[in-house]
Amino acid sequence: MSGGLLTAIVFVPLLGGLFVLMQREDRAAWNSAFIFSLIPLALSFYLFAKFDLHSADFQFAEQYDWIPRFGISYHLGVDGISLLLVLLTTILISLSLLYSGGGDIEERPREFCFFMLVLETGLLGTLLSIDVFLFYVFWEIMLIPMYFLIGIWGHGRKVYAAIKFVLFTMTGSLLMLAAIIYLVLQARHAFGRLSFDLQLLYQVPLSETQARWLFAAFALAFAIKVPMWPLHTWLPDAHTEAPTAGSVILAGVMLKMGAYGFLRFAIPLFPTVAVEAVPLFLALAVIGIIYGALVAMVQPDLKRLVAYSSVSHLGFVMLGMFALDPQGVTGSIYQMLNHGVSTGGLFLLVGMLYMRRHTREISEFGGLWKSVPVYAAIFMVVMLSSAGLPGLNGFVGEFLILLGTFLRNWIAAAFAVSGVVLGALYLLWTYERVMFGPITKAVNETIRDLTGREIAVMIPVMALMLFMGLYPKPLIDRMEPSVEKMLAPVHIAEVRLEQKRIDRDRALAQGTAPARAPKPSALTVAAQ
Amino acid sequence: MTPLNLAAINFAWLPILPLLIVAVAAMVVLLAGLRVDEEESEGLGWLTLASLGIAFIFALGLVGRTGVAFAGAISVDGFSAFFQLVILITAAFVVLMSLDYAGENRLPGAEYYSLLLFATLGMMLMATAGDLIIIFLGLETMSLAVYVLVGMRRRDPRSNEAAMKYFLLGAFSTGFLLYGIALIYGATGTIKLGPIHAALASNMASNHLLMLGLAMLVVGFGFKIAAVPFHMWTPDVYEGAPTPITAFMAVGVKLGAFAGFVRVFLINFGPVSSHWAIALWVLAALTMTVGNLIAIVQTNIKRMLAYSAIAHAGYLLVGMTAAGPQAGSAVLYYLLAYAVTNLGAFAVVVALEHRASISDEISDYRGLSRRAPALAAAMTIFLLSLAGVPPLAGFMGKFYIFSAALSAGYVGLVVIAVLNSVTSAYYYFYVIVAMYMEEGAGLELARVAAKPALVAAIGLALFATIVVGVYPEPYMSAAASAYQSALNAGTIHTAALLP
Repeated sequence: MSGGLLTAIVFVPLLGGLFVLMQREDRAAWNSAFIFSLIPLALSFYLFAKFDLHSADFQFAEQYDWIPRFGISYHLGVDGISLLLVLLTTILISLSLLYSGGGDIEERPREFCFFMLVLETGLLGTLLSIDVFLFYVFWEIMLIPMYFLIGIWGHGRKVYAAIKFVLFTMTGSLLMLAAIIYLVLQARHAFGRLSFDLQLLYQVPLSETQARWLFAAFALAFAIKVPMWPLHTWLPDAHTEAPTAGSVILAGVMLKMGAYGFLRFAIPLFPTVAVEAVPLFLALAVIGIIYGALVAMVQPDLKRLVAYSSVSHLGFVMLGMFALDPQGVTGSIYQMLNHGVSTGGLFLLVGMLYMRRHTREISEFGGLWKSVPVYAAIFMVVMLSSAGLPGLNGFVGEFLILLGTFLRNWIAAAFAVSGVVLGALYLLWTYERVMFGPITKAVNETIRDLTGREIAVMIPVMALMLFMGLYPKPLIDRMEPSVEKMLAPVHIAEVRLEQKRIDRDRALAQGTAPARAPKPSALTVAAQ
Repeated sequence: MTPLNLAAINFAWLPILPLLIVAVAAMVVLLAGLRVDEEESEGLGWLTLASLGIAFIFALGLVGRTGVAFAGAISVDGFSAFFQLVILITAAFVVLMSLDYAGENRLPGAEYYSLLLFATLGMMLMATAGDLIIIFLGLETMSLAVYVLVGMRRRDPRSNEAAMKYFLLGAFSTGFLLYGIALIYGATGTIKLGPIHAALASNMASNHLLMLGLAMLVVGFGFKIAAVPFHMWTPDVYEGAPTPITAFMAVGVKLGAFAGFVRVFLINFGPVSSHWAIALWVLAALTMTVGNLIAIVQTNIKRMLAYSAIAHAGYLLVGMTAAGPQAGSAVLYYLLAYAVTNLGAFAVVVALEHRASISDEISDYRGLSRRAPALAAAMTIFLLSLAGVPPLAGFMGKFYIFSAALSAGYVGLVVIAVLNSVTSAYYYFYVIVAMYMEEGAGLELARVAAKPALVAAIGLALFATIVVGVYPEPYMSAAASAYQSALNAGTIHTAALLP
């Protein structure tokens, strides 16, 4: 027990949300929401500072009984995988609130702040839960505020986008709920008691068929959230129609919940199946990378373009993860942070442009460099970070991912590299069309440059890009022990599968085995 | 003539004291109504509420006591106490909803509240039944009162149609139930639940008469809980009935019917569950799927909630199919969660209906979040709970039922239920869309404000929906011990004892 630091991080935003609802004046609502979002931000920096570099365990853990009948407890903890995502969440929520208060959101500001803060509680709770039931509760909670954010403050076909988002995500997550219950019942079988404690569930022995089905249910839920090709179709709608802050959080943090779910649940719970599924996931990741990049290239709408670039970037995240080696996974987590910062930044910039011109059509712009130089300069930095320019953050993540993937499967890595090239291509091309050339529309000449508040929003974003690009060590140091620990059962599973293949080959060579390998019986997946 | 043994009489009256209070109150209200004008029925409402409160206190006093009375016809145990308490709470909510509604719609107050109490009595009787005849009596007492309540809006043709339809189909289904009871009597030679349990345990399962009787009972109960394919009456009746009565039917009638259903099937026919489980499996799958699919296309909120109630009966049937103690307590907990949530949702419908000249069309809910922010927020919580979003009561209920069903090995049925939950999200969220994401044509209309009694009802339901979900342990324990106590009572049925 450590004084409830994590509880404070998770629930201060919720309290703040209720406080904001009671405000009478809009300005007071914005200010109090922003101040309330600074509390978890400060606390998560404190967490970052106090985090024990050398421990792979869950730190700052808190555990209380919640529903003893089912062995469900309120169990929070942080490790190297979740620590930085927590930080990313608190940073992006604060920045989004700061940005949205500057004129982007004019309707019902109190409700907006309330939903943003409830969303923060949902996101942080999802990251910090190490009880599977608690995780599921937060996982569903974060869906609701996002649904409102898109549906109330979105643009265009907002209701369609919001409902589609909910139905896609719910389909996956409810099947996952069934899988969670099934897994826990197997645990009761093995250990004689009901428990939703993740660390216990890691040890559950499963038959091969059971493990495969359960992995499929978990992977489906997470793959929808990531989203992996071909489950990505909700994303362009949701991202495009959401208000700017919604897109920032959706792309910046929420998509990572899917990837995080793979790292925390799907892979370590079912390592053998994960190893078997590597070719499938590498293939889907590569398709996502190239498909996302190609589709992004032809988008006439700036926001849709950024949305599809997310599909491509998340493909990299999944590629590195399913390399299943330390470099790849570390790179994958790093890339999650990068994508949060870069894509968050891009959505903010597109939002700023939209606020001025009420259009996002690329063809409406051109030559903005002359009328809004500050904006253009900042856009340049963010765009280059997204494209993976060395020296900025994007490069570090992509480099680690490709390094890790080359060791595992050089063909996938080779294809993925083409995604990097395509990424640079569509981003630079977009930049050229929007910023360079003559000013074709008269309105663009008188467009206002960034306000002080907007620059204040973008400065932390750019600072993070530089810091993460030049000095990744403090971040990577914190990830490594946990990544190693998470991969340990995977390596055991790999060795075991390899041994089995060798045995089978040997048996075949000696002519003693039947032509078809016998069906392996109850393969235990217990780690260690 | 032997002298009266007063002690023995006290002994026998005590277990049915809550029932007696409700019965007496029903008659008192009826008589008091002679001196009250039709429009001024609010006083009668408060009288009804007070008597429900007294009955509640006495029912609370019976918690933890077990025993049988009237030669086994009445069975008092944790199970009956659980259901009586929830039924009394439900009735109290319905009265709170009716206080203004009855006056505004010029419903005859005395008859209205009196029938409400009689129906409550019938429900409580079903929960306390120790033999099949009492179940039948309870069912009839409840149903006859509700038939009339449905038709209470005498000048509204929809109300008349609903009452007629409900009565005809209801009478038909009662026939099934009664015939089933007769066949079971023929097969086992008894109508007492305990001895039937014993008879079943000793190799009666292959008896065709008995199986036919069981099937008839399923039809009879299936009608009352609105399981597909016995659900046809539901939407029309729910739409036509006065809205508080719709709430009463969606929650109270379902509670009463499930009390009987659970006691007969899960507890007393438990030994032969393998014989009826498959039938309930099919019923559950059909009920969930049909209810949810048709709910999607509804444009009237009462019809939508009617189909939603059908779908929820389907989830409950999943629990029934699973059988066993865990499933039994899951069904009880689910009923509690469903009751508080649905009562809240209906209370919001009532509040909007008569204050804001809003009809029951979902399109009239457009822009509600601006006109009545608190009501819209409360409705949102209720709908989210019905959709099964954590950590609200509806979610915990589903979780409990799914766990029980998976634990009993019904993976396929749970997958069907899960997919159905996704379907249901669509129509529940659609109401939220209307309230928050669409602009109403009636923005010029005044803001909506509900009367204090309704505000209290909505507030309490909201509180319960959140608390029963966020901190479910005590309610789950209560449900589990209630079910366990009925199981124990089933085995010691011969001993008549009340401390």
